[in-house]
Amino acid sequence: MANMPVERLPRLSRVAVCGGTHGNELSGVYLVRELLKVKKKKKKEEEDEDGGAMSVLLVLSNPRAMQQCLRYIDTDLNRCFTHACLIGPTLDKTPYEMRRARELNAMLGPKGSAGAMDLICDLHNTTANMGLSLITYSDHDWICMHIFRHLQRQIPDTPVRYIHYDVTSKESYSLDSVGKHGFGMTMEVGPQPHGVVRSNIYTTMKSGVQYMLDWVHFFNSGVIFDGGFMDVFTVVKHIDYPRDGETHNITAAIHPQLQDRDFCLLRPGDPLFQTFSGETLRYTGSEPLYPFFINESAYYEKGIALCLARKRRVKIPSLITIWPSKYIHNG
Amino acid sequence: MSSFSSCQSVREARRVAIFGGTHGNELSGVTLVHLWMKNGTEIQRRGVETRPFITNPRAVEKCSRYVDTDLNRAFTPENLSAPADGQLPYEVLRAQEINRMFGPKGSPDAYDVIFDLHNTTSNMGCTLILESSKDHFNLQMINYIQKALAPASCLVLLNEHPLLKYSTARSVAKHPVGLEVGPQPQGVLRSNIFESMREILKHALDFIELFNEGVEFPPCSVPVFRVSERVDYPRDANGNIMAMVHPNLQDCDWEPLNPGDPMFQTFDGKTIRYQGSGTIYPTFINEAAYYEKQQAFVATRRETLSANAVRKA
Repeated sequence: MANMPVERLPRLSRVAVCGGTHGNELSGVYLVRELLKVKKKKKKEEEDEDGGAMSVLLVLSNPRAMQQCLRYIDTDLNRCFTHACLIGPTLDKTPYEMRRARELNAMLGPKGSAGAMDLICDLHNTTANMGLSLITYSDHDWICMHIFRHLQRQIPDTPVRYIHYDVTSKESYSLDSVGKHGFGMTMEVGPQPHGVVRSNIYTTMKSGVQYMLDWVHFFNSGVIFDGGFMDVFTVVKHIDYPRDGETHNITAAIHPQLQDRDFCLLRPGDPLFQTFSGETLRYTGSEPLYPFFINESAYYEKGIALCLARKRRVKIPSLITIWPSKYIHNG
Repeated sequence: MSSFSSCQSVREARRVAIFGGTHGNELSGVTLVHLWMKNGTEIQRRGVETRPFITNPRAVEKCSRYVDTDLNRAFTPENLSAPADGQLPYEVLRAQEINRMFGPKGSPDAYDVIFDLHNTTSNMGCTLILESSKDHFNLQMINYIQKALAPASCLVLLNEHPLLKYSTARSVAKHPVGLEVGPQPQGVLRSNIFESMREILKHALDFIELFNEGVEFPPCSVPVFRVSERVDYPRDANGNIMAMVHPNLQDCDWEPLNPGDPMFQTFDGKTIRYQGSGTIYPTFINEAAYYEKQQAFVATRRETLSANAVRKA
């Protein structure tokens, strides 16, 4: 790898791990609660001998929704972080989640500023069969992409994938976008029904968070991570259910041959939906694409039956942190 | 099968209702009832009036289990007789209305059969839920359904426990039958789950048609799982759950749980084992709606019920 370019990035000294952004996605809720418990018990901060402390802020994002085990109270918190939402005035009638988003922005941001968290990891569950998916807004966020590769190697018995939403920083709408340089990721683990905690899914998420924090620790210590290649799924579009013109009720379900087949290539002509009278509706797009978020319960109201992505091989550079000059030896 | 066992005479089942949306986020039933309200051809049978009905429309609209209180626990004698005023929870008012339309519960005017359609996040497959071990009409219908579905299985849960049984929407009828199909997340419609429920109902209605035509169904045995106790999650002093269903137990509905077997796993990875005295058969393992009802799973014991021969009166 001698000819690989080496990217140098500042250390990540402030990391945030958030759970309960959707109050009924329970792995993150219970994991953050457990990590808070463990933190309380620890007598001293973990110090990195060579490079200084990494602090981890643990946040329960939407406590009112968690209390009621709902996705949200007034509006989806994870859509409240666009620039426009964050700078608006806070009035009496401002929805709860808008207010909370502004509070979180003050705590973890302000979004994109020098004072923001170096890295935000927001924990979610999905009813879709997506294994462990890291979702970001960038296909050249070398931090998140190296973390992805690390997770893929450390958790071999769970499929781990990298999903990229091609959205500008201003328009990015989710909690993880509040971090500095927009470094942030949503860690999505499924399948799990909302309102349920499954031990295997919890364990996967716990491992994911642990390996992510380990990676940050290594990175901060000056470890060089070799570049290479990885697959990135870039979102292209989504498809809604067929609906009744009058009632808007769905008139078909995800086809049994597509159900649970997230990230299996969907080709033109492949079955998409099965109507209640037994008819198969097929994918009429011209390009084969990779489906995910297949049959996510929270997306029925957003008009999304599944999302579709293009897969491509992306080259990532080797990565090392920028050391403060006093640590660089002469000669 | 003794040829001397008496044949039970049961009144014709003329009026049958199919309830969907008793829990607004259990979508198989909601979808089937909506479908049949639009076009009921599939559920029509000779000599039967079959009425599809959405029991909790406001919860269906919100795609939530309930609005104020669980409709499927609301059909208590107290609730049904309470004076209807503006103070009553939505579901209690609704229970009173349903009791008027399909009951009154316990009276000769009540509907003959009500099928109540439910989904569960538990891995229960197709399950039929009975409230009485002595309803021979229901037992025979279940036997018929099971034979028709074979080799696919359809198990029977019997909840006759004096403390754990509850006042269901379907209890308004003379012959209440619960259909529970899982696993399916709340708010999700899975095609295979939907089709399974549809098929169970098809056979159930076929049975009723045959019964009304005078067919005699000979004595039979019906294996059931009888509810014996409710087991909660381990909780801390604040009532928060401290452990999850153990990976060895997760999704193992209807399988034996023996003393010493892993039951729960704490969030820091320790195993908590089942300490009971005998083998139980857990079901409703990790049902989302039961966290608030203090139930990680329901313990059952296996039993075989004998059904008398039945024939219409």
